[in-house]
Amino acid sequence: MSDECFSPLFVKPLPRMKTQFTLPLSALATIMLAVVAVFSGLSNAQNPAGGIPAPPSEINAVDVDGDKGEAIEVYWRLSANDPSASAMPDLSTDTPAQVTQYTIYRRLADGTDEYTEIGTQTYGVTTFTDSNVKQGVSYIYAVTADSEAGSSAMTVMAYPVAAVMQWFDYEKSWMGLILLFISAFIIFYIGLARSGKELKVRQIAGLSAVDEAVGRATEMGRPILFINGILDINDIQTLAGLTVLSRVARTAAEYGATLEVPTARALVMTTARETVQEAYLAAGRPDAYQEDRIYYLTDEQFGYVAGVTGTMVRDKPAACIYMGAFYAESLILAETGNHIGAIQVAGTAMPSQLPFFVAACDYTLIGEEFFAASAYLSGDPQQLGSLKGQDVGKLLGGGLLTIGVIFATLEVIWPDMTSIKDVRQYIDGNILGSDGLTMTSVEKGSDQWFEELLQRQRDFELNQNALESGGIDA
Amino acid sequence: MKRTIPLLIAIVAGFVVILSTFVPYTESWGEKGMIWFDILAVGAFVLGGGNLLKLHLEKISGQRPGWMYSVIIILSFVITLVIGLLEVGVHPNPMYPEYAWAGNYLEEGAGFWWIYQYVIYPLTSTMFAMLAFYVASAAFRAFRAKNFEATLLLVTAFIVLLGRTYAGVWLSAWIPPTMVDICDFFNIATTVEDWRTLRIDRLTEWLALDGPTKGAGRAILIGIALGVVSVSLKILLGVDRSYLGQD
Repeated sequence: MSDECFSPLFVKPLPRMKTQFTLPLSALATIMLAVVAVFSGLSNAQNPAGGIPAPPSEINAVDVDGDKGEAIEVYWRLSANDPSASAMPDLSTDTPAQVTQYTIYRRLADGTDEYTEIGTQTYGVTTFTDSNVKQGVSYIYAVTADSEAGSSAMTVMAYPVAAVMQWFDYEKSWMGLILLFISAFIIFYIGLARSGKELKVRQIAGLSAVDEAVGRATEMGRPILFINGILDINDIQTLAGLTVLSRVARTAAEYGATLEVPTARALVMTTARETVQEAYLAAGRPDAYQEDRIYYLTDEQFGYVAGVTGTMVRDKPAACIYMGAFYAESLILAETGNHIGAIQVAGTAMPSQLPFFVAACDYTLIGEEFFAASAYLSGDPQQLGSLKGQDVGKLLGGGLLTIGVIFATLEVIWPDMTSIKDVRQYIDGNILGSDGLTMTSVEKGSDQWFEELLQRQRDFELNQNALESGGIDA
Repeated sequence: MKRTIPLLIAIVAGFVVILSTFVPYTESWGEKGMIWFDILAVGAFVLGGGNLLKLHLEKISGQRPGWMYSVIIILSFVITLVIGLLEVGVHPNPMYPEYAWAGNYLEEGAGFWWIYQYVIYPLTSTMFAMLAFYVASAAFRAFRAKNFEATLLLVTAFIVLLGRTYAGVWLSAWIPPTMVDICDFFNIATTVEDWRTLRIDRLTEWLALDGPTKGAGRAILIGIALGVVSVSLKILLGVDRSYLGQD
């Protein structure tokens, strides 16, 4: 380790550029600067070298938590000439020393290379994430404050830092726990249903309407149009829509109705074909299955809309069922269906599209109801058990909301009670946030955090000195 | 076997994605799974294109109603495919002039770019613009004051409509910015200093972004999240196999 990194001030001067001024001009510039300095009240400490800003201080770096050892986060204190450093920055005067940005440098801790610039950060910001590091390799970071006149001396961190891989992302601990809790209850209720326990599930009007819509189409001798959304098969909404399609196809096969499924993705087309074919087979009508009725139109969103609305206007289906992920096309499709007088049932988990479906369709399955559709329609006790598990999740969510509201209200009434504040902060930062299981007492970048890191720096230096003098065992 | 293998693939892929969320070491596994999906999707493009051609060629040969539209589709498909594959109008890449295919087919002036810029883009914009008329007709139907809920919806919509235009600001600009000022205006004693203002633009902000909409939206989102967990678990455990063609 070179000495410059461990100097008491952690400051390394940058090589100065040769001045381009001739003597009279530089003298004039000096006089002008002196006049400006006097009138603007700038002290020498704030503006140490005629327009060169004061360096940033207390540079520190820490490994980014919860990653594969791919990033290091660098922190520093603002330069005294940073416009954000004072509570009331005077932005009207553009002094040459005013910091415009910070430049971050890095070198290997073993001293085998020189400092190289790895990025810049705008003034007022005190962090930079270096995402281009190798796992386990130690680095030393340095930062300069830059103004229009030039760069400050380099502030160098005292001890090396390496990115380490974490085996578990602790930031997601609570998410994992809640997921485990809900999953355990879903599995428990599925098991309960398997053992023969009867589970009561409330009636969902929109799902009962699916059978009604198929019956109406059969009576009118017109087709049923099923739209499975515009996303691909890897989207959970498309999968949930396919389970409804399975039920619709089976009912259509039993009633002898024609089912048409235009798709926006080729993979959805092939999956839908399989689903519908199996449904026809299960209904005992494999001969009635028409593969060409399930076809691919285009991936292009509005091209798909044009194709589907064209089919609607030409064929006038008696029932239009929309189940899947939709975007802006939702209203165009549903309004066209409304104009042709079709009975319409929609289900989606896209909150922004729900109002459009509610306005234009006869029945709408809102979010959770849409996902419950497959369980509800199948009537399979095992699947109905999963709905009960969801209810436990709702209870948990409701409980957390209530506790959060109570503590947030109490915090307003008694702002000085730290225990109330701690509980509210724990719910906010740990359970709902990404602070992990244990409560973080010190916020990154805060005064206390910097103080703790400085202490680490001092300990490191003491250790290093002791090692060099052979005082302690390596 | 026809169902067991896809089921196994779904289960393994699902658990890998879950694992990659919590274990940083397996992050790339999830990403690789998604790459595999993209490879499959590319294969499906051929399948989709083939299906498109088959369907419309049959329509043309049978001269079924609207077969002329199918002629346009086939022509558009073939022209776009040829221009894209042969890189018609693409300038050679100055960095690799000796390689004829090194040019970017999406760069300005290329045939493919021309199709996108002057055919697909205007057509898409036209379809999107039609949305305005659909919104108007849907709003006309939805905002009929048939009962209490519909009336509430109508009033809310009216406030939001006014608040999103200059009319809202203009109509309610006279209202003082805080409740204290309002109380002072009416000579009523008050100690509350930070009440939400009653200006239409502020009310709109509260209605559309902060207040009831956010509450309802969050309730829907919590339901959706639980639904996603439940459906995913049913698929991972093989309880729900209807997507494979079985209830």
